[in-house]
Amino acid sequence: MNNNKVVYHLKDKAIWLVLIVLVVAFTIANPRFINPSNVMTLLRQVAVFGIASIGMTFVILLGDIDLSIGTIMSFVNIICAYMMVKMGMNMVLAVIISLIAATAIGVLNGLMVSTVGIPAIIATFATQTAFNGLALIICGGMPISGFPDGFAIIGQGYIGIVPIPVIIMAVCFAIGSFVLNKTYFGRYFYAVGGNMEAAKLSGIRVGVVKYLVFALSGLFSGLAGIVLLSRTNSGNASAATGYEFDVITCVVLGGVSITGGFGKMSGVVAGTFIIGALQNGMVLMNINSYVQDIVMGIVLALAVGFDCIQKKSQQN
Amino acid sequence: MSEEYVLELEHIRKEYPGVVALKDVTLQLKKGEILALIGENGAGKSTLIKCCSGAVIPTSGKIKVNGKEFTSMTPQLASENGIAIIYQEFNNVKELSAAENLFLGHPIRKGIIVDKAAMEKEAAKAFDRLHIKINPKELMKNLTVGYQQMVEIAKAIQQDAKILIMDEPSAPLTSKEVESMFEVVELLREQGVSIIYISHRLEEIYRLSDRILVLRDGEYIKTLITKDSEVQELIQLMVGRELTETYPPRGDCIKKDDVVLELKNVTGNGDRNINLQVRRGEIVGLGGLVGAGRTELAEIIFGAAKKQSGQIIFKGKEVNPKSPREAIDLGIALVPEDRKRHGAMLGISIKNNINMPIYQRNSTLSVINSKKEKAIAEKYRENMAIKTPSLNQLVKNLSGGNQQKVILGRWLAADSELIIFDEPTRGIDVGAKHEIYKLMNDLVEKEGKAILMISSEMEELMGMSDRILVLAEGDMTGEISKEEFSQETIMAYASAAKSKVEEA
Repeated sequence: MNNNKVVYHLKDKAIWLVLIVLVVAFTIANPRFINPSNVMTLLRQVAVFGIASIGMTFVILLGDIDLSIGTIMSFVNIICAYMMVKMGMNMVLAVIISLIAATAIGVLNGLMVSTVGIPAIIATFATQTAFNGLALIICGGMPISGFPDGFAIIGQGYIGIVPIPVIIMAVCFAIGSFVLNKTYFGRYFYAVGGNMEAAKLSGIRVGVVKYLVFALSGLFSGLAGIVLLSRTNSGNASAATGYEFDVITCVVLGGVSITGGFGKMSGVVAGTFIIGALQNGMVLMNINSYVQDIVMGIVLALAVGFDCIQKKSQQN
Repeated sequence: MSEEYVLELEHIRKEYPGVVALKDVTLQLKKGEILALIGENGAGKSTLIKCCSGAVIPTSGKIKVNGKEFTSMTPQLASENGIAIIYQEFNNVKELSAAENLFLGHPIRKGIIVDKAAMEKEAAKAFDRLHIKINPKELMKNLTVGYQQMVEIAKAIQQDAKILIMDEPSAPLTSKEVESMFEVVELLREQGVSIIYISHRLEEIYRLSDRILVLRDGEYIKTLITKDSEVQELIQLMVGRELTETYPPRGDCIKKDDVVLELKNVTGNGDRNINLQVRRGEIVGLGGLVGAGRTELAEIIFGAAKKQSGQIIFKGKEVNPKSPREAIDLGIALVPEDRKRHGAMLGISIKNNINMPIYQRNSTLSVINSKKEKAIAEKYRENMAIKTPSLNQLVKNLSGGNQQKVILGRWLAADSELIIFDEPTRGIDVGAKHEIYKLMNDLVEKEGKAILMISSEMEELMGMSDRILVLAEGDMTGEISKEEFSQETIMAYASAAKSKVEEA
């Protein structure tokens, strides 16, 4: 038992150790890495993944997956831009409607997974493809730009020296942590992901929990999409294509078990920073972007592999 | 001597860590006979036949097939030596034809091409030999369960099986199908095939078998000649163990007029027309064999399975729980049989496990009242005497007995008034068993709960219950009052052989 505890704590801290090693290594390779301006750039880049990773953490805790979040971000990019530019809608209203739409896409995922019973990987894959098509139809394949004054603040503004997206990310992580640790929803997520049958027999309405989790995943992706839109200042139907890959990597790297039931928000924070550091560091080192893809693929395989090997050894 | 027998198991012993599943079991099978293998749940029948098939390696003992001696079998070796087993779950491919299934694994070929026509021709011959009428071209999925079983048997014979072991072959069949299966089995006996026939249904055993081998608690008890034996003797042999365990006594605490649960003609989930009552302060035992429909009944009451018709009356009001959540809110709890899969949530803490059903009640705007959460967990740790250094301990690190106490604590915390126990002490060591029994006594005596207890252990059933109801194949076959408790009566009802006992 004591032994278990030691391993548990080591695993908990190991991820931070990896982050430190990575930072030191990149700094040695290129001292510019640790420059405050680069650190802020890194954090701003990371913010989009970070915000989206909170919903994904809930989804993976349940043992499911959400492949639609990249598309949700892009879709929000387009509709929010469209409403502001082509319809002349008030900025705040456009953002609110966009977030509602993102949540609705999540609810649609929930419907397919929970009520219909389609495996999450397929249901969200379908959503991914369909809404990508819809986004392209809305914008006619062209980027939309020319946003009202003030919209850029969300993605490009600063409070003191801290970029606003980073603040939004920090608040989101705090909310995520609060939901997981202080509310009964958090308890339900762990229970359902750990043992769905027992959770059901303990009175948890598993179907409702799934709806909620996919809806939250949609909402957080929507928010990430808004931040991205504001940062790039241009609505683009392929703005976040493939982002689900990075977000999933952040979450599993952070120690959330891909089969559900286990993981912490703090780990996901570390996982997100590691992905950010990797991407930023590789750019600074002038590593070819194709090679970057190879590295990212290996990182995902290693993160999940580590989790699986641990599971296997526990079973034996 | 050994020439007379086609299969001999000598002094077979099988140990699992902490358990001896088979102790010195000897079995002899003659050429062209049907040997019935009987025993209660857990008597070791399945383990014994798995020793013959190679699925289980005996710890010690010898297996002789046609005089050839082996210390253990492998599936390959078993089939080479003409041993075939018909399991309850068929090994067939539903999308292929009867003929293709018959030759599954070794199809007739013409070069590298499978010769369908030849297989169909051979299959027709094989079915003919067993007097069964199946179109070899018919897809497996279109055949009834009875015919699918026939294909299995034909397949075994086609592969030259001389020893056929059938594990509860009649269980999935309708009575008409059973009759055709008997005819096939009798035909095989005439053709010189030796058969080991496992069944709970005593009438079948009398109808079919030449000899009967009785196992009990992993031990060989006796082999009888069927026509010289009597049902009562057989039942006695199956259950006749000494009652060794002592059960904690409890006072008379039954509130006669306070019926907590009443079922009226409840049908569904495999059960038919079940009527029962559980009163406050009473422990009602639910006996029967595995698969008799007891767990299924519990699922209906707990809202985990659908009821087709009939009424559930809880505390005087008709209720119809459609989910466990609704049942829990009414005050019904289920302590499931498979603790690890359905009961405890192993990966989370004791505190969370105990509070799980009542988190919503103890939250304000979805934020958990953590003081209350802790206080409740602490209270039931004390009440249940859960041995743990911390309430944050993960449940997977607890012993079986302590896990069971966590689950019990959970239901008490949820203010349940009716607690259904499904095999309350399965996989729990002797000392902890006693503690669970005491807790159950306290529940009815001090807390005024009502308990419905499903158990396959005769002693537990008789030691703990105020009354025992017995189910057999989805029907309620008997109700036994405390004065009439005996293993023989329960067993007779459970094998639905009541009429035979009365005749005898």
